[in-house]
Amino acid sequence: MLVIRNLVKTFAGERRRGADDAGRRVRAVDDISLEVKEGELFTLLGPSGCGKTTTLRSVAGLERPDSGEIRVADRVLFSTLNGRTVNVPTNQRGLGMVFQSYAIWPHMKVFDNVAFPLQVMPRGKRPSKEAIKAKVMAVLETMELAHMADRQATKLSGGQQQRLALARALVTEPPLLLLDEPLSNLDAKLRDSLRFELKRLQRELGITSVYVTHDQVEALALSSRIAVMRDGKVQQIGTPREIYEKPANRFVAEFIGTSNFFSGTTAGRIDGRLAVRTEHGTILVDATTPNEDGKPVLLAVRPEAIDITAGAAAGGRANEWTGEVVTRSYLGDSVDHIVRVGSTELRVRSRSSTSIQAHTEVTVRIDPANLTLIPIDA
Amino acid sequence: MVRPLLASTPTEVVQPPADDRRRARADRIRTIVGRLQPGKSLPLLAVVLVIGYLTLTPLLYLVQGTFLENGRISFGGFERAYATSGLLTMARNSMVFAIGSSLVAFVAGTFLAYITVRTNVPFRPLLVATAMVPLIIPGLLYTISWIMLSSQNVGLLNQISNAIIGRPIFDIFSMPGMIWVEATHTAPLVYLFMVAAFRSMDPSLEESALVCGASRWAMLRRVTLPLARPAIAAAMLIVFVNALASFEVPVLLGLPDRIYVFTSRIFFELQQFPYDYAAAGALSIGLVIIAILGVWLTNRLRGEDREFATITGKGFRPRTLDLGRARIPVGLAVIAYFGITTALPLLVMFYTSFLPYYRRFTVDAFQDFSWTNYTTLFTNRIFTRSVVNSLVLSLGSATIIMVLTAVAAWFVIRTRVPGRQIVDQLSFLPMIVPGLVMGVAISFVYLRNPLPIPVYGTMAILFIAYVTRFLPYGMRYATSSLTQLHRELEESAEVSGSSWWQNFRRIVAPLMLPGLIAGWIYIVIVSIRELSSSILLYSPGNEVLSIVIWQFYEKGEMTAVSALSVVLVLTLVVIVSIAYKLGAAIGLRTD
Repeated sequence: MLVIRNLVKTFAGERRRGADDAGRRVRAVDDISLEVKEGELFTLLGPSGCGKTTTLRSVAGLERPDSGEIRVADRVLFSTLNGRTVNVPTNQRGLGMVFQSYAIWPHMKVFDNVAFPLQVMPRGKRPSKEAIKAKVMAVLETMELAHMADRQATKLSGGQQQRLALARALVTEPPLLLLDEPLSNLDAKLRDSLRFELKRLQRELGITSVYVTHDQVEALALSSRIAVMRDGKVQQIGTPREIYEKPANRFVAEFIGTSNFFSGTTAGRIDGRLAVRTEHGTILVDATTPNEDGKPVLLAVRPEAIDITAGAAAGGRANEWTGEVVTRSYLGDSVDHIVRVGSTELRVRSRSSTSIQAHTEVTVRIDPANLTLIPIDA
Repeated sequence: MVRPLLASTPTEVVQPPADDRRRARADRIRTIVGRLQPGKSLPLLAVVLVIGYLTLTPLLYLVQGTFLENGRISFGGFERAYATSGLLTMARNSMVFAIGSSLVAFVAGTFLAYITVRTNVPFRPLLVATAMVPLIIPGLLYTISWIMLSSQNVGLLNQISNAIIGRPIFDIFSMPGMIWVEATHTAPLVYLFMVAAFRSMDPSLEESALVCGASRWAMLRRVTLPLARPAIAAAMLIVFVNALASFEVPVLLGLPDRIYVFTSRIFFELQQFPYDYAAAGALSIGLVIIAILGVWLTNRLRGEDREFATITGKGFRPRTLDLGRARIPVGLAVIAYFGITTALPLLVMFYTSFLPYYRRFTVDAFQDFSWTNYTTLFTNRIFTRSVVNSLVLSLGSATIIMVLTAVAAWFVIRTRVPGRQIVDQLSFLPMIVPGLVMGVAISFVYLRNPLPIPVYGTMAILFIAYVTRFLPYGMRYATSSLTQLHRELEESAEVSGSSWWQNFRRIVAPLMLPGLIAGWIYIVIVSIRELSSSILLYSPGNEVLSIVIWQFYEKGEMTAVSALSVVLVLTLVVIVSIAYKLGAAIGLRTD
């Protein structure tokens, strides 16, 4: 449905013909390629400045990329390939967009906000007033806002505003919906409940959506697939589970959830499992590659995947260590322990029933299946 | 509601010629042309051209009229102007006048602003009135009222002085007199500016100084004033440029005693027949250069205001300092200040307007009170016509300005056209050109008239003068109201498919409207008082109110002046009060 190929967008500094100012300009989007399938909710996830919003705005036509191609359903919206430049103006792209601030026009009623995209269509294509009314009311019904149609748009709650913004974006039945951090302006509780609403709506309508956020919990909860971005480049694309359980590099492992890391070198196999020699002894990992010995690798394990029990370890078993609790934090549904093992501090999350005091000796155990092998960044 | 696939829409461009470089160049041109959307470009281009024309032609013609005599470049104008009037004396007078009145206005205004915001001074409403009223009284009337107050034989002040000392010591026709009148008239500008500055300063910065043991005086000297330096510089600049451009005070108070500053000299040159345009032009250019220097200097003073991030957009709740024993004396000082600078001038106008001739303040005079002056005024055809003219000019130019600046502001803030900042700077150009100089320059333009319609000697030339002069104020209101508009409101309209015009008409303009109305009101109020440009450009039948006052004054008809003043001030008070109520949310700003 949406195809982005080799998208590049730089900022800052006057463009000088021919000269390569790459050193001085900021590459906000640095050669990005991805594909969004029909019906997916595809999320661009990353920290501030990673290029996710610039990419989204480029699809909308609000930013003009330096080079690359953007196609929606085989229609070229932007292209500099093959020496030809195509750039469809924003107001001719026919997409739907929900802005971070919702951008509800305060001087219009709810009905007029939603009717606007239909009213500004070129005269030839514009539906009649009755047709507009019918379409608008239909969309408002879907969003459960029909009873507010005559109200001033400012008199809506946060959740209602979000639905209004969605209604406006969807009234023209666009092939693609763009959402720019639509939940970031809301307080935590509202964000939680609206997240479910959004997901339900998107799945029900089956509308292809591109979602931008810096909140990884949101991304994991909502997405069909996620693209993790950093400094203008895509780090990994995958389903939420893939991203979480098998991060492709250290950045993804650190950005999504929390991780504990061990660095070491490969040292053959034991019982079919990969052995990695680390400063904490040999760690066994359920991994099929790499097969060479002596390769430097990074192991990542999630805090909730580590077992912790009071009392020193029996000793001699693989993936098992004696440590000492440094501090613990009661979080309500779980307890975070910081455990010192040798010179490393591990973060271990356990059920709230397991709460071990500081300065207690403990055994930490990691199942080989719970460790992820991360290629060392060049 | 499953999305159907969009039908393929061919949007590719035709294949250009095979040569790579030519292809790239043709591509670039096509990109630029393709980016031009007629619906958007034409109105923007039109506005840019109009603003460029209005702001640049006066200055260009001024230069041409000064340096070109009989078709040849000559400096004759400069020689005549500066030789006869004594350049050094004139420059010195101008500096003394401008700097003197700036300092006095600054001290008075800042002091009042500080005690208003930071202390528990009594009679606070009086302070606010003292601030607003002098802004409403046109400079001409204010000056004339002081002339009446300090008239040698008849003026109230000298009456008192005679009674106490035996001599009339007040002579307003002097440099001290000029400084006093100018300073007290512009102090309110400083006051409003500094009130805003003090309000947005974090009080905990001063409080921590007190906690550290500083005396109040040390705190003021070492914390408050240094922090307020950017605001102080801005306020001083405003008052300084105002004083340089001041017309009424130097002409009415300085000319009789041959105290010349630039503005009064220019006026003088243009009163003597044959008019020496080149000399007037030479003086005007000199004045503009000084104004530019003043602006440059103040900008350098403000240059470090990036460090002074203490003045934020947030308003802080003012925590007031207790004046303690100083409360009574300060309160009395406030009353005295109000009485002298605001009440007295108004009262003398009021008093005189009921008398058959201007006379000393005595109790008997009350018996001669009558409404005659007012009835004569309202049956005076020139007066009634000038009211209509003033209204037409003010309302008309305010509307034209707000429409122009709304579009221009959009151009400067929302587009990425390279060089768009020039439009912003051009629209502020008239700010540094004194009103009188603008009048001179515009008369130069339309004596040679580049336009196909008759302008000189009609209302049109006054319209052009008003629109040009007050364009900067409109621009300021337009830009500030546009920057408050979240960009996403327009972007969502764009994504929804609207054209530029639909976006501007349905989204931008309605949301900018409160700010535009505030600007409109401000321009109406300020333009009704306009004198210095009109005085060179009006012709019989096209007088405005201030011209009629001027004519009355020149004929010595003080009673007519007084009656007219009362009417004008009352009207302006009514307009401003309405505007104040309406604009409470918008916030009426001064320059």
